[in-house]
Amino acid sequence: MRGLDLEYMLGLVPVILGYVPLTLGMAAAGMVLALILASLLAVERVFRLPWIDWAVVLFISFFRGTPLLVQLFLFYYGLPQVMSFLTSIDGVTAAIMGLTLHFSAYMAETIRAAILGVDRSQWEAAQSIGMTQLQMMRRIILPQAARVAAPTLVNYFIDMIKGTSLAFTLGVTEMMGAAQKEAAGSFLYFEAFLVVALIYWAMVELLSQGQKRLETYLNKAYAR
Amino acid sequence: MISVRGLRKTFDGTAVLNGIDLDIAPGERVVIIGPSGTGKSTLLRCLNFLDQPDAGHITIGDVTLDADRATRAEILALRRRSAFVFQNYALFANKTAKENIMEALVTVQGRPKAEAEARALDVLAETGLAEKADSYPASLSGGQQQRVGIGRAMAIGAELMLFDEPTSALDPEWVGEVLDLMRRVAARHQTMLIVTHEMQFAREIADRVIFMHGGKIVEEGSPEQLFGAPQDERLQRFLRRLSQ
Repeated sequence: MRGLDLEYMLGLVPVILGYVPLTLGMAAAGMVLALILASLLAVERVFRLPWIDWAVVLFISFFRGTPLLVQLFLFYYGLPQVMSFLTSIDGVTAAIMGLTLHFSAYMAETIRAAILGVDRSQWEAAQSIGMTQLQMMRRIILPQAARVAAPTLVNYFIDMIKGTSLAFTLGVTEMMGAAQKEAAGSFLYFEAFLVVALIYWAMVELLSQGQKRLETYLNKAYAR
Repeated sequence: MISVRGLRKTFDGTAVLNGIDLDIAPGERVVIIGPSGTGKSTLLRCLNFLDQPDAGHITIGDVTLDADRATRAEILALRRRSAFVFQNYALFANKTAKENIMEALVTVQGRPKAEAEARALDVLAETGLAEKADSYPASLSGGQQQRVGIGRAMAIGAELMLFDEPTSALDPEWVGEVLDLMRRVAARHQTMLIVTHEMQFAREIADRVIFMHGGKIVEEGSPEQLFGAPQDERLQRFLRRLSQ
């Protein structure tokens, strides 16, 4: 047993914090792209378009059925051997792509369930006034589904923030990579990784607070 | 001019509409009565293609469509010729009373927002809900929601208004205000096709009453004829049960 080197930890905090923008940036980019992709997948799953439905089912099944780490390795280290044009992709881009594909599969299921949860009467009312399916989805169904799905989607965003640490394995120096490098010099691995853990924890706690407020706001929905 | 020919609809092997023929003149107010499960609501829903009929022709104004080969464009055109009032109101939950009325005008008819808003406020004033313009459906009573639902249908300016048991889901205390509003709509010679169990109301506003039984129109005529001198034995039984 030895005591914690608190002084070292305090000194490390600003160093690791310097990588927070990269972590949040990767997560935010992944979240925006995953939301767009997941919405398209979910709408397809609701309407079951002939010809593409099987492909969407396969996509969702694969990305939910395999670990994120395996997917990242497959795409970053494996795929460029088969498709040479992918060799030029850097680790950050690959990580964002991986996070997008992985989480879009989960989010698609959440959004699909939320869409199907919108009351039948809302679909019929939209149809009865002569809306096209696109108008109905955009103006009536998706806004209502979004309210239902939002808290769960925030959970996925939290998972995604934590998932960015895997970019370390693609050679990206993010929070985890920076800590690893620092520790390699000082040999204080426990302190370095503890600082990383605490910073992740703090970020997620802050987001959870935001999530609670969002839920309170959404529960008051449409009652004015 | 509204015309229906040979309309058929089957649910899971059970024939719900057994060849309906029906003509409605402009400005005519037609009330459909009959026991539950005889296809009254299904008829209305088929006219709006909320349920897809299996066979038959439907004409509303300048749109005619053949049920078994209707294209998506034809269905949209048909829906835009009529307005539907639902039993459960079916207001858009994510839109205020005013926005509920504006929605069809802006999104479907492509009218400028300011014009649609002015129209919505006019309609709300007519329905007696001017002060509820910015309220969401969740904060309105059943009667108020249904009045907005009728307002939404009025604003469209459709050739035909379809009412599917508009007071059946209401607490008794709200029925009166909804019927009052429907009387005002009727007074403007709006073409209306109404399914209702409110016999007094039917007698009062209908130009013609239709009795449906077993997916067919069994008897039709003026309220005096149908309620005063019913011919068909099934209609006589239906009316007797109601008066008990």
